[in-house]
Amino acid sequence: MITTVYVPQDAAALSVGAERVARAIAAEAERRGTPIRLVRNGTRGLLWLEPLVEVATPNGRHAYGPVTARDVPSLFEAGFLQGASHPLHHGLTEEIPFLKNQQRLTFARVGVIDPTSLTDYLAHDGYAGLRRALEMQPTEIVKTVLDSGLRGRGGAAFPTGIKWQTVLDQAAPQKYIACNADEGDSGTFADRMLMEGDPFMLIEGMTIAGLAVGATRGFIYLRAEYPHAHKTLEAAIATAYREGYLGRDILGSGKTFDLEVRLGAGAYICGEETSMLESLEGKRGEVRVRPPLPAIKGLFGQPTVVNNVISLASVPVILQHGAEFYQSFGVGKSRGTIPLQLAGNIKRGGLYERAFGLTLRELLYDFGGGSASGRPIRAVQVGGPLGAYIPASQFDTPLDYEALSAIGALLGHGGVVAFDDTVDMAKMARYAMEFCAAESCGKCTPCRIGSTRGVELLDRIIANVERDKNLQLVQELCETMVHGSLCGLGGMTPFPVQSALKHFPEDFMRTAQ
Amino acid sequence: MNTTPARPETLDARTREQIDLALSQYQSQPGPLLQVLHAVQNRIGYIPDAAIPIIASALNLSRADVHGVVTFYHYFRRQPPGRHIVRVCQAESCKAMRADELTEHAKAKLRIDFHQTTADGAFTLEPVYCLGNCACSPAVMIDEELYGRVTPERFDELIEEKSAK
Repeated sequence: MITTVYVPQDAAALSVGAERVARAIAAEAERRGTPIRLVRNGTRGLLWLEPLVEVATPNGRHAYGPVTARDVPSLFEAGFLQGASHPLHHGLTEEIPFLKNQQRLTFARVGVIDPTSLTDYLAHDGYAGLRRALEMQPTEIVKTVLDSGLRGRGGAAFPTGIKWQTVLDQAAPQKYIACNADEGDSGTFADRMLMEGDPFMLIEGMTIAGLAVGATRGFIYLRAEYPHAHKTLEAAIATAYREGYLGRDILGSGKTFDLEVRLGAGAYICGEETSMLESLEGKRGEVRVRPPLPAIKGLFGQPTVVNNVISLASVPVILQHGAEFYQSFGVGKSRGTIPLQLAGNIKRGGLYERAFGLTLRELLYDFGGGSASGRPIRAVQVGGPLGAYIPASQFDTPLDYEALSAIGALLGHGGVVAFDDTVDMAKMARYAMEFCAAESCGKCTPCRIGSTRGVELLDRIIANVERDKNLQLVQELCETMVHGSLCGLGGMTPFPVQSALKHFPEDFMRTAQ
Repeated sequence: MNTTPARPETLDARTREQIDLALSQYQSQPGPLLQVLHAVQNRIGYIPDAAIPIIASALNLSRADVHGVVTFYHYFRRQPPGRHIVRVCQAESCKAMRADELTEHAKAKLRIDFHQTTADGAFTLEPVYCLGNCACSPAVMIDEELYGRVTPERFDELIEEKSAK
């Protein structure tokens, strides 16, 4: 009996040495004359344990991590191929509390299967959703997604079903599905992890979206910073074409869906949907004035569904198990599950998929284990560079769209970045403006000019130059940006700035050095 | 607007051939400019100014259109880079794990600032805003390889490894 050993090839695992570990395991097995089957899976998302090596045994998969190449001989010596004890042993992977206490719907297969193996995908319920969809009328598919309560996971949280209905209602010679995989928010990596760990799920979700609205062509707009995801997606798409899951006559249904990946080029603004469409058309990623909505006039002027990776990847499960199943997770108007990504100064950083409703404190301490430095967590930024900074006094807020909105924050794409008490919030506020100035597309004045003036004002405040006057001025500037910007970049950059000023005023009052 | 005419830089035959190959690969696709620019940069390492009129003419665009796109995106380069491109993440999650110190260290180690290339042509240093490796902050990317939990010591090791190659 040949033992299967899993070593992730997710970019995060590779970034901490998974490739060397995989090579060391293969070499050591050969040296000992013990044949093994080495599978390169995605990551389980318990990123503080990466490189996490798993061994398949009759009673389940055993986990060892974080493994370095130097640990490999001792793992063999201890008998890790039989799931034996070792200082790096964590027992059965599925029993690790941080994994066991998750509710994985969208990430159920990520870290489990070989991402580019269609056989693995099919053996783990893959394409069950598409098969259901092929038996349904487009209106039924749209209704299922609507009833599930799924809201856009990219950050705007717009009901996915309503968007699909709008596109379905349009009569047009060509409609498109555009997947936003320009995951630029700091603290987020769910899209990347999914594309690298279970690319067929995204392909399946996009194919279902195409059937639902009558679109025969799809694009994945992928950021250039994700070369690993690019390779995995290209491999999976090629396989899907070869096996009849993409192209003409999908699974003998007579339906067509073509899919290709297009690369961005390092512009954060292209995560904004209209800017992304411009970029997909090969232009400068400048924001479009809405209306018309992309659902009516989108890519190349045609009705287009623009959805985030996680929104589209949630669709197969909804189709497979029904709207009620998905709807049964979550709280209030936040239905289903959300992959929360915990990063920054945190002991156990990773991806935790849970039904909406977990509090920030539970995420930071029960899952995250507190700060990596061991110092108190002073602030967290939720929802990327445009998200508010939240102080410790508000850590009991549940992580759902409405609860965060009530405290002037936002969930966004589900990224949570922790900072310990060494953080200088005046510096972080300045950085928010600096980032906006670097990434502004330049189309509207509040964003283009406002962000640069914002950096200057914060510099003066920090240097104690006419501080009171400039503090008032920066507040006014923030108001102007919020109300006068064309899109969320200029319109939301004030959130981190204002929240830092509100919750951490002492950082702006230091005596200049 | 200050418009600079394309410099009368000449392209050698090989470079010209690479541009033509990039064009023929994507020309027939809808909205192909970004793909063509990626292909040119992958083949040549950067986008020479003299390539702009060639691309514009082939895609039936104005030179201003192409110039506008090349300069809009951070990823496209107009000068040849060093043999290795080192990107140090500047975003919030990495900042929470001392990325600012790592950045200062990287600049001192390579003795260059951002957007510059070392005198021996080995390394170009670039800032990057998130590599999606936030749970393993701070992150660095060298060429297409990603590194996490990068300490100044680890950074030096990586630079030594790449220098040796």
